[in-house]
Amino acid sequence: MKKFMGVLTILSMVAFVGCNNESAESDTVKVGLLHSLTGSMAISEQSVRDAEVLAISEINANGGVLGKQIEYIEEDGASDPSTFATKAEKLIDSEDVATVFGCWTSSSRKAVKSIFEDYEGLLWYPVQYEGMEASDNIVYTGAAPNQQIVPAIEYLIEQGYEDFFLLGSDYVFPRTANMIINAQIEDAGLNIVGEEYAGMEQTDFAAIIAKIEAADPDVIINTLNGTGNVSFFKQISEKNYTADDYMTMSFSIAEEEVATIGADILEDHMVSWNYYQTTDTVQNNDFVAAYKDMFGANRVTSDPAEAAYDAVYLWKAAVEMAGSFEVDDVLAAIATGKVSFDAPEGIVTIDGDTQHLAKPVRIGEVKNDGLIYEIFATDAPVEPDPYLKNYNWAVEAGIQPIE
Amino acid sequence: MFINTLFNGMSLTSIILLASLGLSITFGLMRVINMAHGEFLMIGAYTTYVVQMVFSKLVPEQFQSWYYIASIPTAFVVAFLFGSLLEKVVISRLYGREIDSLLATFGISLILQQLARSIFGTQGVNVKAPDFLFGGITIGNLTFSYNRLFIIFSVVMCIVIMWYIMYRSGFGKQMRAVMQNRNMAQCMGINSRRVDNLTFAIGSGIAGIAGCSISLLGSVDSTVGQSYIVYAFMVVVLGGVGNLKGSVIGACIIGFASIFAENYTSATIAKAIVLFIVILFLQKRPQGLFVVRTRELD
Repeated sequence: MKKFMGVLTILSMVAFVGCNNESAESDTVKVGLLHSLTGSMAISEQSVRDAEVLAISEINANGGVLGKQIEYIEEDGASDPSTFATKAEKLIDSEDVATVFGCWTSSSRKAVKSIFEDYEGLLWYPVQYEGMEASDNIVYTGAAPNQQIVPAIEYLIEQGYEDFFLLGSDYVFPRTANMIINAQIEDAGLNIVGEEYAGMEQTDFAAIIAKIEAADPDVIINTLNGTGNVSFFKQISEKNYTADDYMTMSFSIAEEEVATIGADILEDHMVSWNYYQTTDTVQNNDFVAAYKDMFGANRVTSDPAEAAYDAVYLWKAAVEMAGSFEVDDVLAAIATGKVSFDAPEGIVTIDGDTQHLAKPVRIGEVKNDGLIYEIFATDAPVEPDPYLKNYNWAVEAGIQPIE
Repeated sequence: MFINTLFNGMSLTSIILLASLGLSITFGLMRVINMAHGEFLMIGAYTTYVVQMVFSKLVPEQFQSWYYIASIPTAFVVAFLFGSLLEKVVISRLYGREIDSLLATFGISLILQQLARSIFGTQGVNVKAPDFLFGGITIGNLTFSYNRLFIIFSVVMCIVIMWYIMYRSGFGKQMRAVMQNRNMAQCMGINSRRVDNLTFAIGSGIAGIAGCSISLLGSVDSTVGQSYIVYAFMVVVLGGVGNLKGSVIGACIIGFASIFAENYTSATIAKAIVLFIVILFLQKRPQGLFVVRTRELD
């Protein structure tokens, strides 16, 4: 009996403390962060999560959003789409968060998409992706294909490259990306001399490298993701091949990956993004300094991290325009097409129809200090076109999303 | 082209074999289903990284690339000590309970992975190939990279050393005696506890050396071991549990089959073909290629 009383006392204390929290909650607003903190994707998603935390702490230090401090609740997607779905439901339904910043892989985004649609939640997705999607409940702050892949291929064609070899990991993003690239290169009358997919866990690229040698391409279009990039580049450099022998254009190698693979190996290879750590804007200088200050001087910023940072600020701008945290009101504000942010990459604006960003495109070259330097940039932000409706060759090829 | 494929097959075989040699001792001889084997590879790979860092701080420029030579024994010793500790604390309590040892080592594998993440971060670290392994011999239009040749050389060395220890040394005799008939060996005055511990530690140490090699071929992060563990188990099961010859031939079958299949199809289909070959083979010979015969009554 005594024990029972004790339990009761503790329970009532917990309830009391709980109540206290409730009353204090009026000056905070809860948001969710949903990334993989464990598993194979943790390697990439850590930096995105860090950038979101940085943005939240900056906003809080400057008075919060609509006078409320942001409180973030973090869940681990564990690199597993079904875990992402469970955790997304938990964040929206039981934690009752105002919005969620999260996901990296397309498979995790596709897994949570229907949940955000069913609960009428709002997800901010910070990574470049294959396009062919525009959910009303997702804002895409990374690049659509016409803001990364298509301009990169255009650039290569202008530079006189003729024989292309497509190399990717075997999942939805590379396969869709290569479908787009195939249509684009065919339209330009140039040649695809090979197309290969490596398993996500593949560690030996000898057979693929032999196929590249046999095909003898001018440029390799690389959509490998994760650890495959490290294995591929280490093993191709093993044979003394440099960018002079086989130029590559990569869509998933940012500053973080350069550090892992080794700048000496990647020197002079090309990548395509919207932002680099070296991007020369006042906002970027502040962003890089704040990021290094918070997470360590040896850390580097990258395009996905920057897009995640923008996402938090864009949400703030949308909430302030709406004057409310309600998802419907925020979406109505976004639909005006006037929500914008003076981001490290330049001014970004959310397109009201597709909920993607208009953003500048930059082709970069890796240098031996481990940073990426711009070699080509568009003059103005490029309007998003996730379904590539404005490209005749894409419409003719009938490119469809792979589910 | 054919010679190139042959060389690639040999080099993949050597990597798979190096990664599974340790397991052929811990699983093959000791019957411990060691799910943490991949993490010993990881320990070896991270040790290589640490040695490289230490060298870049302490050693003059011209001896920089010797770090790799130094990292091989260091990786062996570090993995050996981890293995010895693991055997003493956990495995030694679970002999003969295969399912329990599977679960326990699986847990240890998760703990070790998290430990690596806590120490080195989630992002992979960069291990640079030493200068003397950069490039390769070019004959005609074929390039045989020094790195791959070095891996083939180290796997041959490892096999020779292991063969010597197992079949020519006094300790090897004790080891085989304990594994074949524990009670009888104990009656003959062999300290089976010590033999178990050393055997497991040697198996782990060899996994550490394998870690050194794979650190030059791919990403060094907390999940590196996971990419090799399936291959390692496949080799040991295919080769027949408990002997060296089987592991060598098992690795050859898997290595050459993957490279040849991948040459004519795609990576994903090649993987399926290899698994199909293994399944078909085990249907015919569930005990594996070679079997150690003992007079023990089961």
